[in-house]
Amino acid sequence: MITFDAVTKAFPGGNVAVDNLSLELPTGQITVFVGPSGCGKTTSLRMINRTIEPTSGTISIDGEDVTSQDAALLRRRIGYVIQHAGLFPHRTVADNIATVPLLNGVNKAQAREQARELLTRVGLDESLASRYPAQLSGGQQQRVGVARALAADPPVMLMDEPFSAVDPIVRDGLQREFLRLQSELGKTIAFVTHDIDEAIKLGDRVAIFREGGHLAQVGSPQDLLDDPADEFVADFVGRDRGFRALSFITAEKLEVEQVSAYVDRARGASLVLDDTGRPTGWSVDGQEVLRALPGTFTTRDALRLVTDLAITSPAGAAVRVDEAGVADGVVAHEAIARHLTALRRETER
Amino acid sequence: MIAYIQGNQARILSDLGQHVWLSLLPVLVGVVLALPAGYLTVRYRWLYQPVVNLGGILYSVPSLALFVVIPAIIPVGTLSPLNIVVALSVYSFALLARTVADALISVQGETTWAAAAMGFRPLRQLFGVELPMALPVMMAGLRVATVSNISLVSVGAIIGVGGLGDLFTRGLQLSYLAPIIVGIVLSVLLAAVCDSGIVLVQRWLTPWTRAGAR
Repeated sequence: MITFDAVTKAFPGGNVAVDNLSLELPTGQITVFVGPSGCGKTTSLRMINRTIEPTSGTISIDGEDVTSQDAALLRRRIGYVIQHAGLFPHRTVADNIATVPLLNGVNKAQAREQARELLTRVGLDESLASRYPAQLSGGQQQRVGVARALAADPPVMLMDEPFSAVDPIVRDGLQREFLRLQSELGKTIAFVTHDIDEAIKLGDRVAIFREGGHLAQVGSPQDLLDDPADEFVADFVGRDRGFRALSFITAEKLEVEQVSAYVDRARGASLVLDDTGRPTGWSVDGQEVLRALPGTFTTRDALRLVTDLAITSPAGAAVRVDEAGVADGVVAHEAIARHLTALRRETER
Repeated sequence: MIAYIQGNQARILSDLGQHVWLSLLPVLVGVVLALPAGYLTVRYRWLYQPVVNLGGILYSVPSLALFVVIPAIIPVGTLSPLNIVVALSVYSFALLARTVADALISVQGETTWAAAAMGFRPLRQLFGVELPMALPVMMAGLRVATVSNISLVSVGAIIGVGGLGDLFTRGLQLSYLAPIIVGIVLSVLLAAVCDSGIVLVQRWLTPWTRAGAR
């Protein structure tokens, strides 16, 4: 657990970046620091590994005050990932990943061997090990950055806007991969972003900061969406927070129509399946040409995805599949709306 | 011409030999002095301007004046080869101190921040991260200093220690073109060989700069 106890950081000239922050980051969870620029989220993160020293107050990791430890040794026990990866251009990918083990005196052969394993772990091919960072794409560099932070198996990781410099599609992949890794590793992670969507997607807990280094609210993403503490938080989580809240309700209880029966007369669209029963697309107005399926969902997916699929489908309906990818139900957006109305009645009761 | 070369082979070779060490030894001294000076300007930024200014002033002192001034400051004879070495070391330092400072400052940024945040100590960060990253710029400065030294050594001929420059004074005294041409050709060749040598060393030291884009 990382604990901020009444931490204040005032820079020379009187600018208070962080004002009397008390906050706990639970072990094994992702805590996201989010807020507008100048809110002190990055300063707070950097005080954990002492790249910035607090003016007053204490930060401790598992009860041990970070300022009582040798800064360099402390940092080697804390993984660190930054926006543009910050890889060493003069070192190969393998040697970049091996940085902290090499600092700790692990022998080169062993450190490189381990670096190769980590490459696979973050979803990259081992053949990249001997390349230089300039030969990788932005997304690949960011994965190497994550591998480098993981190399010494630190219990704590600091991530400073790690995915904000890559394009949205790559970012989505990185985020998913990151959550998969975290489910295996269970690190204690402090993650800074200015993107509330990213915060809600990745955070077990989200700490919203406001200008002047004040903590506005901390809680689970659902807490923040359901029950914003004040207008600032409500405004920050956005006007479409009702839609975002659908991220937390699964499609488990959503009723679907039979696939075989599903032909939407009004729109003249019908679902086309291949020989194994997997959906391949929509046939609209009886035409041969298929309109692509925007995607499918399973009972474990969130209602946000289902709603999105229904809205973007040419037939105005989302297709549910089972574990094998075989279509086992169709739901139109009208049905989703009815489901939501029923849910609201249930919570109001 | 060919007769001149054949008749004076030993003399020409010893002039060339002297030219080599008179020009390269000062580069070495310059590097050894410029590295810590450059590093200090990064560590203490207020030193940057004084160091750059000092370099500019030193570099603008005429070489002849230096040959006279140096023996007055340190105990070397005016006509000693050491006088030339010290004078050229001053020039090399003047050129290289600024190059090293600029090169080290230019690599400060996300990468050095990341290095510190991962637990590098300052000295290891300097040798393991900052100097290697600064190498391409520093090597460019080294090429300039080396070639400029090779051309400057000839001036030493005025005080009788000029390497290939001695061939020029001899040619002038005898109103004879052959030694002058031999001197020029060998100077240029020496500069070309040293420059290529540095480029080769740089290619070997900085393979990542050629890794290029995907």
